[in-house]
Amino acid sequence: MSLRVMVTVKRVIDYAVKIRVKPDKLGVVTEGVKHSMNPFDEIAVEEAVRMKEKKQVQEIVAVTCGPAKNEETLRTALAMGADRGVHVVVDGEDYDGLQPLGVAKILSEVAKKQDVNIVFLGKQAIDDDMNQTGQMVSALLNWPQATFASKIDVDGDKLAVTREIDGGLENIKVKMPAVVTADLRLNEPRYATLPNIMKAKKKKVEKIKPADLGVDITPRLKVISVEDPPVREAGIKVETVDELVDKLKNEAKVL
Amino acid sequence: ASSLVYVEHNNDKIASGTLNTVTAATKVGGSVTALVVGSKASGIAEQAAKIAGVEKVIAVEDAAFEGFLPEAVAPAIKAAQDAGSYSHIFLPASATGKNIAPRLGVEFDSQPISDIIGIKGEKEYVRTIYAGNAIQTVSSADSLQIVTVRSTAFDAAPAEGGSGTVEKMDVAVSNDSSEFVGQELSKSDRPDLGTAKIVVSGGRGLKSGDNFKLLYDLSDKIGAAVGASRAAVDAGFCPNDMQIGQTGKIVAPELYIAVGISGAIQHLAGMKDSKTIVAINKDAEAPIFQVADYGLVDDLFKAVPELTEKL
Repeated sequence: MSLRVMVTVKRVIDYAVKIRVKPDKLGVVTEGVKHSMNPFDEIAVEEAVRMKEKKQVQEIVAVTCGPAKNEETLRTALAMGADRGVHVVVDGEDYDGLQPLGVAKILSEVAKKQDVNIVFLGKQAIDDDMNQTGQMVSALLNWPQATFASKIDVDGDKLAVTREIDGGLENIKVKMPAVVTADLRLNEPRYATLPNIMKAKKKKVEKIKPADLGVDITPRLKVISVEDPPVREAGIKVETVDELVDKLKNEAKVL
Repeated sequence: ASSLVYVEHNNDKIASGTLNTVTAATKVGGSVTALVVGSKASGIAEQAAKIAGVEKVIAVEDAAFEGFLPEAVAPAIKAAQDAGSYSHIFLPASATGKNIAPRLGVEFDSQPISDIIGIKGEKEYVRTIYAGNAIQTVSSADSLQIVTVRSTAFDAAPAEGGSGTVEKMDVAVSNDSSEFVGQELSKSDRPDLGTAKIVVSGGRGLKSGDNFKLLYDLSDKIGAAVGASRAAVDAGFCPNDMQIGQTGKIVAPELYIAVGISGAIQHLAGMKDSKTIVAINKDAEAPIFQVADYGLVDDLFKAVPELTEKL
């Protein structure tokens, strides 16, 4: 079986950067801040590449939605082993207002055009923490969904997927074409090597616009405010276990 | 306003997050209708009718709901919504709720709001972004509001005391695209991480999976659940369903005891709303001490057994 796979990549503030709220309290500071591929999307790319290395997959198309800088993220996916890219260019206010439903409409149209058997996504982006896009792509395409995947096996025309759920693991089978979202333990993504980064520069990237896909991306949610979380005051240091037990029993009264 | 609340359950009992979700629904005002979808729905519907604040329960039973596959469950919720024209649909922000809510968003062309921690108005919500490092208030322009609720941010509605009516509804379901094979749930006599009053949690400082026994001994003595940092999970000390943090579970117990955990932002995002935080770490500079009410700078291999003995 030779599958065609689409994998989606989002450009987000790097996970190690300390987030700062903008003075206007309507967002966070993104200017001059290091950005990277959403970590869960890296896992999705890695899984697609491993499936290609196992000869289960014939071609990997990486897709991103966003402004010009998103091409860097797309090139990272190509350097990891994706074959070609599709950059859906969304910028300015449109990008600021791009929400999961809009992204999912774009991605599902791209998936139809690319004629793929699997759409791989990260289970959530670490910026808005919505955890919606994969499920929406599944519903829009009317393909089954296997979310929060920690293990994926090809089983004929189905995928056998182990999912991370509350309290343990779940095993399901989904008929292809299908949508899969990657959880943390699916794999450990590789680093792109320098020769592969060079090769990636020559790989084909097609640029399109949401309008080319006939998709309406009008925002539905309006951000009223963004604020810092309440600061938790550091407490006291205790010297001994006896003192700790005393504080817990007599001061905090939690034991 | 009128709300439809998705009742999460395992055909035997209602998942506790449902009770917090009912509380969130009551905050927008109006009536609360609970929806039970399952291969065995009637017993659960009787339980749901007793939840304080629930006026009516709709039960949809069909073998197709085995495993609560979203391809089968979402159409049943759609049918209930079509019949009742509620202004809001609330689901717990659990693995199940997260799996289903976005599909409803597509069904009704509405942008769901995930994992809310507060409600400011009928269409205005508070939620965290960047793993709790910023707090966002959003308003929705959609006519139907679809919302998932972080259980630790709302009190549980009393499980007894309500007297809702129960109604059955038939929904024709066909799903041949996905298939439930089975679950491997971690078996434990300890309380569930999400609802435990006390959580004891271990990090890389434990040095091995075997050493987690120190934490199990302590937790058994005080009736606590046991969690872990991502570093401990990545190191293979314990399974992922124990992970507390941005990429794991969010907990907010009365007492959180962090043992051998440095306190990466990632981890703090999952536990900083705990009422009382204790940190035991031999590194006095560890960031966990900046959020701890009581910090003990000591070797955990000495301090934890002593704590277990003295409690």
